[in-house]
Amino acid sequence: MFAYIVRRLFLMLVTLFGISVIIFVLLRVVPGNIVDILFDAAGFVDPADKANLERELGLSQPIVIQYLHWIGGLLHGDLGYSYVSEKPALEEILPRIPITARLAGLALLFSASIGIPLGVISAVHQGSKLDYALRVVSLSGLSLPSFWLGLLILMASVSLFGTMPIFNPNPKTWLEALSIYAVPAMAVGFRSAALTMRITRSSMLEILRQDYIRTARAKGASEASVNYHHALKNAVLPVITVIGIEAAFLIGGLIVTETVFNIPGIARFLVEALRWRDYPIVQNLVMFIAVVVVAVNFIVDMLYAAIDPRIRFGD
Amino acid sequence: MRSVQALAVAALSVLAISDISRAAEPKSGGIFRIYHRDSPGSASIHEGATYSVNVPFMPIFNNLVIFDQHIAQNSASTIRPELAESWAWSGDNKTLTFKLRKDVKWHDGKPFTSADVKCTFDMLMGKSPQKFRQNPRKSWYEQVDEVTTNGDYEASFKLKRPQPALLSLLASGYSPVYPCHVSPAEMRTKPIGTGPFKFVEFKANESIKLTKNPDYFKKGLPYLDGIEFTIIPNRSTAILGFVSGKFDMTFPTEVSIPLLKDVKSQDPKAVCVVEPNNVSTNIIINSTAPPFDNLDIRRALALALDRKAFIQIMFEGQGDIGGTMEPAPDGLWAMPKDMLESIPGYGPDVEKNREEARKLMQKAGYGPDKHLQIKVSTRNIAVYRDPAIILIDQIKSIYIDAELDVVDTAQWFPKIARKDYSLGLNLTGNAVDEPDQSFYENYACGSERNYTNYCNKDIEKLFDQQSEETNLDKRKKLVWEIDKKLQEDVARPIIFHARTGTCWKPYVKNVTIMSNSSYNGYRYEDVWLDK
Repeated sequence: MFAYIVRRLFLMLVTLFGISVIIFVLLRVVPGNIVDILFDAAGFVDPADKANLERELGLSQPIVIQYLHWIGGLLHGDLGYSYVSEKPALEEILPRIPITARLAGLALLFSASIGIPLGVISAVHQGSKLDYALRVVSLSGLSLPSFWLGLLILMASVSLFGTMPIFNPNPKTWLEALSIYAVPAMAVGFRSAALTMRITRSSMLEILRQDYIRTARAKGASEASVNYHHALKNAVLPVITVIGIEAAFLIGGLIVTETVFNIPGIARFLVEALRWRDYPIVQNLVMFIAVVVVAVNFIVDMLYAAIDPRIRFGD
Repeated sequence: MRSVQALAVAALSVLAISDISRAAEPKSGGIFRIYHRDSPGSASIHEGATYSVNVPFMPIFNNLVIFDQHIAQNSASTIRPELAESWAWSGDNKTLTFKLRKDVKWHDGKPFTSADVKCTFDMLMGKSPQKFRQNPRKSWYEQVDEVTTNGDYEASFKLKRPQPALLSLLASGYSPVYPCHVSPAEMRTKPIGTGPFKFVEFKANESIKLTKNPDYFKKGLPYLDGIEFTIIPNRSTAILGFVSGKFDMTFPTEVSIPLLKDVKSQDPKAVCVVEPNNVSTNIIINSTAPPFDNLDIRRALALALDRKAFIQIMFEGQGDIGGTMEPAPDGLWAMPKDMLESIPGYGPDVEKNREEARKLMQKAGYGPDKHLQIKVSTRNIAVYRDPAIILIDQIKSIYIDAELDVVDTAQWFPKIARKDYSLGLNLTGNAVDEPDQSFYENYACGSERNYTNYCNKDIEKLFDQQSEETNLDKRKKLVWEIDKKLQEDVARPIIFHARTGTCWKPYVKNVTIMSNSSYNGYRYEDVWLDK
C-alpha cells in the first residue's frame, strides 16, 4: 500500500509537470496577448508602444525563460503579478477559492444527498409510476443546461418574491448566506444529482439481482436492511467514481453558474483572465484546478480500498 | 358638508405641495448602486478607450472645464468651469489661458496647482519622463505646442495654430487632471483625484466602490455617501437585479430597445430614457487590394445599403441615419436632410439605388451568373456580428456572396492593421461631438485609427480649414461639405447611428444621460436619492 501511494504521488507530480508545460505552451500558441487586448481598447496598435509593453511584462523573453521564471516562482510561492490588476496573482486568486469551494462543495453535497437516495428508491420500485417519475426528473436534469436553469430560477425568484439571490460578500442573515450559495449550488448540482441517480439506479438494479441479496431476503432480513445495508454498500463504488469525475467536471459547470448568479469565484475569474490573456492568472488557476482534479482522483482511488475490502493496491 | 370637502381638498393640496417641495429639496446620504457591464482593465481614464472606465471613475476626478452635467446635448455653449475659475483665448486664438481655483485639494490632502495641469497634459503629449502604458488620445493634443504655468494658479495651452475645438476636448470625460505626485501605475490601480468621490476599492470582476469626498471644493456636494458598482457581465442577470431593486440604475446606455420593453413591463415605475450615443456602425473597406480597389464596386456597395432595414431589425426603428457626424437633432454637426439624401445610397428609393448598384457591378464584370465571393470580417461581439449578418444578406442583391468571418477581439486590430480583410464591419464611438476629433482620428492620412488608410490631401486641407475656423456657421458648412465628400468617396460607409436606453428608479434624482456622447456625463456630484 505504501509503495502504491508513493508511486501514485510520483505519477501525480509527473502529470502536473506535463500539465504545466501544456498550459504554458497552449496559452502562448493562442493568437494575441494582453498587449493586443489593451491596444484593442485604444482602437489601434502602436508597434513601438506594443514592444515596450511586451518588454515591461516579460513577454519578449524566450518562452523557455518565461516558463522557468514561472515554475521557479511557483516553487517559492511567488505566482507573479496579474497583468490587468497589477496585483500579486496570489492576492487575486486566494480570496476567490473559498467562494468556489463552498459552491462546489454544496453542489456535490446536493448531488449525493439527492441522487443516491432517489436512485435507490427508483431501483427498488423498478417499473412503478414513482420509478418513471424519478426517471423523468433525472432525464430533465441531464438535459437542462445549468445556465438556463439558473436564469429560470432567477426569473422565478424575481417574479414570485420580488428579489433574487445575487452574490453579496457580506450577507446580513444566515438565510441570505444560504440562499447566496444554496440556490446556485442546486442549479449546478441538479445535473450531477441526475447523473448520480441514474448510476445509483443501474448499479442497484444489478446488485439486487445477485444471489447474496436473495439469500439475505431468504434469511428474513428487512427490505431496508437488504436495500441499504447489503445492496447499496456494494452498489456505491461506481457512484463514487462518478462523483469523483463530477467534482472535476464541476469547475466547467461553475463557469456558467458563477456568471449567471454573478458569483466572484475562480471559475468566472478564469474566463475573464482568459479573455484578457492574463497569463499569470490563467496558468496558476489552471494549475490549481489540475492539482484539485489529480488530488480528487487520488482520494477516490483510496476510497475504493476503504469501501470494498476486496480491492487491494500494490499487488 | 361642502366646506368640509373644501377643507379636505385644501389639506390634501397643502400635503401634496409640501411633498413636492420636499422631493425637490435634495437629500444627503445613501449609496447609489449601479451595475457595471464588465470589469474595466484599469482605473486610469487617460489610458482607457472605453466608457467602461469613464462611468465608474469619472466621479473621482475634475477637469479644467466640463460639459454641463444636466444638459443632454454637449456643445461649446454648455461648457462650465470646474478646476478652472475662468478661461480666455488670446487675440490670435493661439493661447488658451485658465485661471485655476485655489481651494482644491487632492484626495490625499496635497494642494492642486497649475503644475498638475502641466504634468497631465505633458504626459498626454508624450513630453513627460513619466509615460502612460498606452495613450489613445495623444492625437487630441496634436496642435498644442506646450502647456505653460504662471504661478500656482494659472495654466496656458499654447497652440501651433488656432483650434477652437480644444476647449470641447478639454471638457470631455476623457480629460481629467491627474496629480503630479502619483505615478501612472498607481493611477491604474488606486486613482487619486480632486473630485466629489474618493476611490475605495476596485475588485476585478466583482465591484468598484467610491465614497463621498467630504473636502470637495464645491461646498455641500456630493449628496451621496458613496457609489457602488457591481460588475455583472451577464446582461439578463443585471437587468433582473435592477428590476428586483438590487440596483438603483442600469449601466448607462446599455439597455437595448427590446430589453427596455422587458424592464418597463416588469418595473413600470422605472424611469427609462433612450438616447443616441454617438456610435456609428460602419463598413471598413480594404481599397488597396482587389476587388475593392475598384471604385465602381465600392460605390455599388454603398448603393446596396438599406439603412432603414438595419435600424428596424436591430432597434425596432430607434436609430438614426447620417454621415460621419451624429445625426440631428442631437448631433450638432449633422448635414441637413436634403444634403444627406443627395448622397448616393442615401436616397429613399432603395430598389432604385440597388438597380444602379447592379449596373456598376456588371460594369466591373459581375452579374447574375458570376457573383463576387468575399468575406465580411468582424469582431466576435453581438453588436458587431448582428449588423454584419444583415449586411451579408443585403449585398446578395448586388451579386456579392459574402461569408461571415468572426475575429477574436485580440486579433481584430492586428488583422485590420496588416490589411488581412476585404470588407469589415466596425463600430466607431466618438467621445466628443466635435469634427476635429472625428475627422482627424478616422480619416486623416496616417492616423492610427484610419483603418482603411483613406487619404485625400484635398479633404485634409478642409479638415484644417474647418478646425481653424472660429465662425460657427462657416465651420458648420465646411463640416457638412467634408462629411458629404467622405460619404461620396465611400471612405467608410456609415450604416446607422444607434440609440440605447438607460433606466433608473424613480427616487434617483438629477441623472442626465448625454445625447451626443457616452463618455462625458458621469460626475454624479449632485445626484441624490429621494428615499
